[in-house]
Amino acid sequence: MSKQMTGAEMIVQALKDQGVEVVFGYPGGAVLPIYDAIFHQNELRHVLVRHEQGAAHAAEGYARSSGKVGVLLVTSGPGATNAITGLTDALLDSIPLVCITGQVPTHLIGSDAFQECDTTGITRNCTKHNYLVRRIEDLPRILHEAFYVAANGRPGPVVIDIPKDVQFATGTYTHFKNIQHKTYQPQLKGDLSKIKQAVEMMTKARRPVFYTGGGVINSGPAASALLRELVRLTGFPITSTLMGLGAYPADDRQWLNMLGMHGSFEANNAMHDCDLMICVGARFDDRITGRLDAFSPHSKKIHIDIDPSSINKNVKVDLGIVGDCAHVLEDMVRLWRTSGARADQAALAKWWKDIDHWRAKDSFAFRISSKIVKPQHAIQRLYELTKDRDVYITTEVGQHQMWAAQHFKFMEPNRWMTSGGLGTMGYGLPAAIGAQIAHPNSLVIDIAGEASILMNMQEMSTALQYRLPVKIFILNNQYMGMVRQWQELLHGGRYSESYTASLPDFVKLAEAYGAHGIRCADPADLDEAITEMIETPKAVIFDCVVDQKENCFPMIPSGKAHNEMLMADLSDDAGIEIGNVIDEKGKMLV
Amino acid sequence: MNAQAPQSAPPSPYSSAVGKSNTESHTLSVLVDNEPGVLARVVGMFSGRGFNIESLTVAEVAHETHLSRITIATSGTPEVIEQVRHQLERLVPIHSVTDMTLLDRAIERELAMVKVRGKGENRVEALRLADAFKARVIDATIESFIFEITGAPRKIDDFVDLMRPIGLVEVSRTGIAAISRGPAPI
Ligand SMILES: Cc1ncc(C[n+]2csc(CCOP(=O)(O)OP(=O)(O)O)c2C)c(N)n1
Ligand SMILES: [Mg+2]
Repeated sequence: MSKQMTGAEMIVQALKDQGVEVVFGYPGGAVLPIYDAIFHQNELRHVLVRHEQGAAHAAEGYARSSGKVGVLLVTSGPGATNAITGLTDALLDSIPLVCITGQVPTHLIGSDAFQECDTTGITRNCTKHNYLVRRIEDLPRILHEAFYVAANGRPGPVVIDIPKDVQFATGTYTHFKNIQHKTYQPQLKGDLSKIKQAVEMMTKARRPVFYTGGGVINSGPAASALLRELVRLTGFPITSTLMGLGAYPADDRQWLNMLGMHGSFEANNAMHDCDLMICVGARFDDRITGRLDAFSPHSKKIHIDIDPSSINKNVKVDLGIVGDCAHVLEDMVRLWRTSGARADQAALAKWWKDIDHWRAKDSFAFRISSKIVKPQHAIQRLYELTKDRDVYITTEVGQHQMWAAQHFKFMEPNRWMTSGGLGTMGYGLPAAIGAQIAHPNSLVIDIAGEASILMNMQEMSTALQYRLPVKIFILNNQYMGMVRQWQELLHGGRYSESYTASLPDFVKLAEAYGAHGIRCADPADLDEAITEMIETPKAVIFDCVVDQKENCFPMIPSGKAHNEMLMADLSDDAGIEIGNVIDEKGKMLV
Repeated sequence: MNAQAPQSAPPSPYSSAVGKSNTESHTLSVLVDNEPGVLARVVGMFSGRGFNIESLTVAEVAHETHLSRITIATSGTPEVIEQVRHQLERLVPIHSVTDMTLLDRAIERELAMVKVRGKGENRVEALRLADAFKARVIDATIESFIFEITGAPRKIDDFVDLMRPIGLVEVSRTGIAAISRGPAPI
């Protein structure tokens, strides 16, 4: 399997050998040899984005919706620095990416050459790992190793920085199959004695709850299937983080909805009052825990995670199990079955009564209006009108993102792509492009805010070039709504710079790009307009003009505990007085 | 449960719910691939996550296999030390991380060169103390000495403290190197 070829040819060959079908990229001086190698073949598809940040998010959307590694190719200097936000986003949300960056030739490195930047230096802390390839001899191994590192263990972005002279050099290419890294070998199987201990704790639990996260999605569809089996076997309630939505079907009785800052009343109260928390592939992030010293004070905690550093990082747990979710869940299901384990039914029945009581609060409820479109209502209608289709949803960041998480129901993993850890406005459109490339015949919708969408609007041009029928569903409140909400909470409603004046006419903007534009401001027209969007066989920008004042509830104000949630006041249109709920300590937090 | 943070930084409700009073010093021995950037990864992880480095030494220890040993003295609560270890283990080119402080009777040594300036009785006293600490004179002028001393970091601290009133000029220390006792490797 050895062959003489240039570095540029090796790159294309290695991508093919890794089963890569598509690369998102943008050319430039330091990657021209690679672009030439791409030109000379037809198997590897290149998608030309309009900004390198778009390439990174598109690769993320592709990866998250397909379970494969996403690949991007950018030039040195500004190409690499433009990709940084996307790499950081992938690091925080554990998305497997391989990013190939061009670099100035080796003899110019360190001389402040044209379009030189210290790419490995800059990306060291925003990648899982990175390489600078100084010798053609190292290139084939590094190319294959990068895929191994990106995809195995806790997934993440890997950068390979390749100087131009190495791209031109000739060497021997070897296809390293099933490469193993000499030092990086994550543990997949969980310690069986600990899993036994976990099962025992579960049989004794009186108020248990499953708290699951993005790790279940990353582990693959088997993990979701096993999670469903275990949850049904035990009869326990289950909640999930923003990143884990879809691992468990949202229409199931045991599902408590999302937890955390904008999670449901029942999920957060169950977390607070439980006596056993079984955390699967989540990381006790501050959006989830709220006030740490009041976090679930009476529970024993089990934490299953592939990354040992996640265990005991923010919250001390009683039993940490290092391993891949699917492997550990498989052992748990088997042990539960073979040991004839049974949950404490009487206690569980009582627990469910408490939960049903919290559920009855209907914490995602909102007041519908006949005059003005309520953003939550728009999402509900979007869900109802698309639920029988093959749908992938991405989002931008803000209130609309939280409303999408609350009101769109996900039944399957890999259907929901959102920037959770980094909270990157501008993620949704390129991610939708990536998801649409992976699923050309599916309905891909970016649920957007009017501010966020403008951050990577240029990618409309990419969507049109490749005839990608992505739908951009903008909940247009003319505000950076989430910022406005926090200004009400913390700064006396002084809306410093959070109102967006001079918004473009989104319908005309759609037309300018060659897409279809729809505007809807009347609740009576909503269904018809959404149907028009779904049935349009090309890219659509849907300007959904919504209530400017609506705030996102329920909410755990910063610095507060799970059982101190703020609820929406449905009695009056003015909304609730939220000005004084955060104390001095809480103001410090984000 | 509440964190006792210094006055300047108000305790954050999101900060780890463990006290900072039980701070311990630990020495970690980290075996790494000797490749470009590996030290930057380690140091960057410490600064990026706000961990302390009290001393750090690094040198290649096996030329053929390109292995280097980085010995880091750090401090924190037991929970923080555990985090430091796990975060180090996550770095791709790292082979192993050993907490030498948890090992039974690991040996820690440091070398220091100590410059002392003085005349008359002070010179005699400096030499007498150096003798007691088994420090060697490696440079001398009519008004100064440079001593070379090896030992556990505490011994060097003590020596330096004693030299201060006599005429300490400056100190250069290597940082800690550590190894386990007995026939087995770390
Ligand atoms: C790149 C980036 N810059 C700033 C922020 C801070 N931020 C979070 S939400 C938000 C407002 C988003 O406004 P919009 O997209 O209109 O969504 P809405 O909250 O109104 O639904 C801002 C500015 C961010 N998350 N990302
Ligand atoms: Mg908005």
